[in-house]
Order: sequence, then C-alpha cells, then structure tokens
Amino acid sequence: MNLQFVVDGLLAGSMIGLGAIGVTLTYSILRFSNFAHGDFMAWGAYATLAVVGAIGAMFGKIAPMAPLSFGWPLIAAVIVGMAITGLLALLLDMMLFARLRAKGQAIIVVMASFGASMALRSLLEFIFSSRPTYFSRAIQIAMPVGFGIRVTPDQIALLLLTAVLVLGVHLLMTRTQTGRSMQALSQNAALARIVGIDVAKIVRVTWIIGGALACVAGVMIGILIQIRPFMGFDMLLPMFAAAILGGIGSVPGAVLGGLIIGMAEAGAVQLVGAEWRAAVSFIILMSVLFVRPIGLFGVRER
Amino acid sequence: MDLLGYGAFFLTTALIFSLVTLGLNLQWGLTGLFNVGLAGFVAIGAYTSALLTTPDDAARLGGFGLPILVGWLGAMLVGGIAAAITGIATLRLRSDYLAITTFGVAVVVQLVALNAQKLTGGPFGIGFIPRPFGGLAETPLLFNLSNLAVVSVVTLIVYLALEHLSRSPWGRVLKALREDERAAISLGKSARFYRVQAFAVGGAIMALAGALQAHFTGFIAPDNYLPALTFQVWVMLIVGGSGSNIGAVIGSILVWAIWAGSGALTSVLFSPEQQARAASLQIVAIGVMLCVILLVRPNGLFGDRPWRPRFGKRVRVATGESGTAS
Repeated sequence: MNLQFVVDGLLAGSMIGLGAIGVTLTYSILRFSNFAHGDFMAWGAYATLAVVGAIGAMFGKIAPMAPLSFGWPLIAAVIVGMAITGLLALLLDMMLFARLRAKGQAIIVVMASFGASMALRSLLEFIFSSRPTYFSRAIQIAMPVGFGIRVTPDQIALLLLTAVLVLGVHLLMTRTQTGRSMQALSQNAALARIVGIDVAKIVRVTWIIGGALACVAGVMIGILIQIRPFMGFDMLLPMFAAAILGGIGSVPGAVLGGLIIGMAEAGAVQLVGAEWRAAVSFIILMSVLFVRPIGLFGVRER
Repeated sequence: MDLLGYGAFFLTTALIFSLVTLGLNLQWGLTGLFNVGLAGFVAIGAYTSALLTTPDDAARLGGFGLPILVGWLGAMLVGGIAAAITGIATLRLRSDYLAITTFGVAVVVQLVALNAQKLTGGPFGIGFIPRPFGGLAETPLLFNLSNLAVVSVVTLIVYLALEHLSRSPWGRVLKALREDERAAISLGKSARFYRVQAFAVGGAIMALAGALQAHFTGFIAPDNYLPALTFQVWVMLIVGGSGSNIGAVIGSILVWAIWAGSGALTSVLFSPEQQARAASLQIVAIGVMLCVILLVRPNGLFGDRPWRPRFGKRVRVATGESGTAS
C-alpha cells in the first residue's frame, strides 16, 4: 500500500477539521446543527475568488511567490473573504436564526438552516453558474519526500496554515476572557447569563470564527481541488461526523475527528475506490452514535 | 382534451408528492422527528419496487418480474426497515442527531444508486419498469386518467389510515410525547419505542410513494432523488401546516403548482442557455419562501401544531440574545 494516502488524508482532514470547528461551536453555543455551514465554505471560496479578480483588475498580473501557485493577492483576498463570510454568517443569524431562537424551538432553527443552505447554494449557482473554476490553472510539481510520498509546496503551506489556525483558536478558547465565556455559555447557558456574560457578543464571536474558518477551508479546497457551488454541501456530512466523533463543543476534538475522517477517506480511496469516499463518514458517524455518542472528548449533556 | 390530459398528469405527480408529505407529516408533524434525508427513503422504495417487478436483466441483479402490487409491498417493507434502523440508532439521542443521520442516509443511498451498477444500473438507472396500465399508453388521455385514479385511491387509503391512526390511542401517545415527553414517559409510555414505530411507518409511506412514481414514469435514475426533493417536500409540509394531513395534501398540490408554474414561466422568459441559472433562482425563491413562512406563519395553512415554548426544555433550547428567551 502506498503511503501517499497519509498526505492526502492530512489535507482532507485539515479541510474537514477547519469546517468542523465552526459546526461544533455553533452546536455547543447556539444549540443547533447548522446545515448552512458547508455553504459558508463555498461562499468564502467564491468571495475570495472575486476579490482576487478585483485585485488583478487593479494591479495587473502579479507573479506567484516562488514555489507556491499563488501570490500576495490571494493572501490578501483570503483575509477579505474571511471577513465577508463572517459577516454573511452574522447577517443570516440576525435575519433568521436569532428570531427563530427567540421563539424557543431548536429544531425549527435546524430546518431554517436547511432552507437557507439550499437558497445560498442556488444563489451561487445563479451568480457564478455551476461550472467549476480554479484559483490557478498552473500545475505544481510534487517533490518526493521519501517513503513513496510526494507533496507540493502548496500542500505544505496549507498544512502549516491549518496548524497555526487551530493553535490560534485553541488559545483563544482557553486563554482569553472571550473564549472562556464561550465555554461557559456552552456548558450552562442560564448560569452564564446570571454571572453577566454578554450573550449577544459571544454569539457574534461564534459566528465570525465559524464563518472565517469555513472560508479558509473553502479556499483550501479551491486551491487543491476546485471551486464549485456544491463544494461545501459535499463537505457537510464529513464535518458533522468529525464534530460528533470529536465530541460536540470540543475544538481539539473537531480537528482530531476531521483528521481521522480525512485519513479514513484517503485510505478507503486506495482500498475500495474514490466513488465510495462519501460513505466513509457515514459509517464512522453511525459507529460513533452506536458505541459512544458523546464522542472522543465530549461531555455528557446535563 | 390536451388540457385535461395535462391536468391529470399534473395531479398524479402532485398526489405522489402529497403521499411523501403525508409520510413526513407522520414523522415530523405528529411525532416531531426531523427527517432531512427523505429523498433517500423515496429512492429506496423506487429501486426496491423496480428490482422486484422488472423483467430479468442480465446486466444487473434480479429483475424478478413479480406483480406490481408485490413491488409496492416490498418497497414499503424495505423502506420501513431502513427507517426503523435509522431510528433505533439515533432516537435515544438529541433530535439533531436524527437530522444528521437521515442526511447521511440520503447521501449513502444516492452513492449506492450511482455506483452499485449491479444493483441499481448506476447513473443510467433502471428502465422498462412495468406500468399499471401500460396497454393504454396508445391513448394518452385514458392512460393519464387511469394513472390518476390509481394514485388517488392509494393516496385516499393512506390518508384515511393516517387520520384513523392519529385519532387512535397510538396517535395520542405520539402527540403526548411531542407535547410533553416527561409527562408521557411518567405514564409508562416508552418514548423511543413509539418514535421508532412512527419513523418506520413514515419511511414505509415515503417508499410507497417512490414506488408509485417509478411505475408511473417507467424509468428511474439517481438524479430523481437529489436533496432538492427533500427540500420540496419540506416546503410542501410547512406551507400546508405540519400536523394536519389535509394540509399536507393541499400544501403539496399548491407548492407543486407554484413549482411547475414557475418552471414553465422561466422556460418562456429565459433563453435556453440561461435555463440552468433560472432553475437555480427558482430554488432560491422557494428557500426564501420556506424561511419566511417559518418566521411569519409557522403554522402554515392548516397547521394544528401549537408552537408555544415548552417550559421544561427552554433553558436547554434557547440561547437567544433577548432576555425573554430563557
């Protein structure tokens, strides 16, 4: 068996993990599974693509940075894209989710997120058409690194970026007042409110973090694979499976869950074929639900 | 004459949709179980019935050439079993887990339909599915009308059965579980057992609808069972009003009329190369409609479901910003 699946699995796992952080935070703090989260990814990727286009129109053609397939425009565009996606999440919350939450039935919010997901995705299809597009059509040469594994410079850069982002979110959650408030809110909402935690602010922070990370994951998919309106929707099941496998509410759990699912998918692609890839997360999801529904790092709900 | 034929064709499709919606109403409206993978259960029914009734085919498994009625019963059985397994896995957990799992079921069914060539014919689907009045196909009007009659009778039977069920002691337990789980459990009702039953019966009805559709068109392919189908049926139920069987039927006809009408409108207004884009705009409009109805009139047209907050669960459920939410 070729060890290449390790790198493929790590990359797939990074994309799933970054998305799953948003899913797990929304689930533990706002108490609903957001079916529109995958579409935040797609919106982030398309927003970044649009900004790259705008920068290209303003400054002319810019050469990519030596071994990578992209230059500073993409990096600047990702930052703008993260802001746009975070704002999109905030806007959706303001217009839809917050109002339904105030009515008090969590499952209605899930249904609304399903409707919003459909609308967001079709809107992308309407604006950009369903044809796949790319950040760059250049082909990168993969460098051999031993054990029969080959990696491209892009892949190394994106793995490093994921590590930095995950570490950043982890520090934010454990070392800052905001992060501790988020944890408090997820563990006991009523008590958190009593001790004077600004719930509205925490909800905003949650959406912005989730949206921004979804954007990065979407751009990663765009750089390594392609950009399509359905790209986020196809990630939904792996993301949910990763969040549940890691334990709802746990950021390290979501990332670890993402990596496990990414590895399992990559292994399955080698063993049974790429067409069955999407079944892997379902099998993992079902086994977790039967064996240990609280996941690896989950806490039993009170 | 053409108009009458088209009317019959339209109503047949709408009634098949309303059958799916009735199944969803049992799961969601009556029992409060959230199914976002219903396209998967419809597909299971369609493929089961197709496998059982088509003539023998060397390219894939089966083609058993059984009577159509056996196909429909088989579809209900397999659909019911699939739903029961899904329910057993998730119904002891939080309601969101059921949503995620049903979503997964739909993804996997789609995957099997596409890739298990030996079983499902792959992307090209299964053709030559026997039609109840295939002999009448020469005269389209008679053919359409007889189809409409069959579908109407099946829908009526399911409708009456569901009305009876929801008034029976069984249905009252389901309503009690939906309204106040703790009170119902304290009366000695096993919440999980009843919910699995309701989910399985709902799944069986959806599968039956899939089978009817398969025999009505004579051809099925994986593309018929995309997430858009799930979405359409949900809008139908919400428009009609969840909890009401008559609402489910009328909501289905109404939404299907809007859908077919706006489809016809876009094909007139837009040039052929813009059709795909216009179709996606159609979905955007329906998605926005769903969200607006949920916000403005969550009861739909005929909904009986009181959307008052449940006090026992409120603290866990609501994390809204406003001070009133907890």
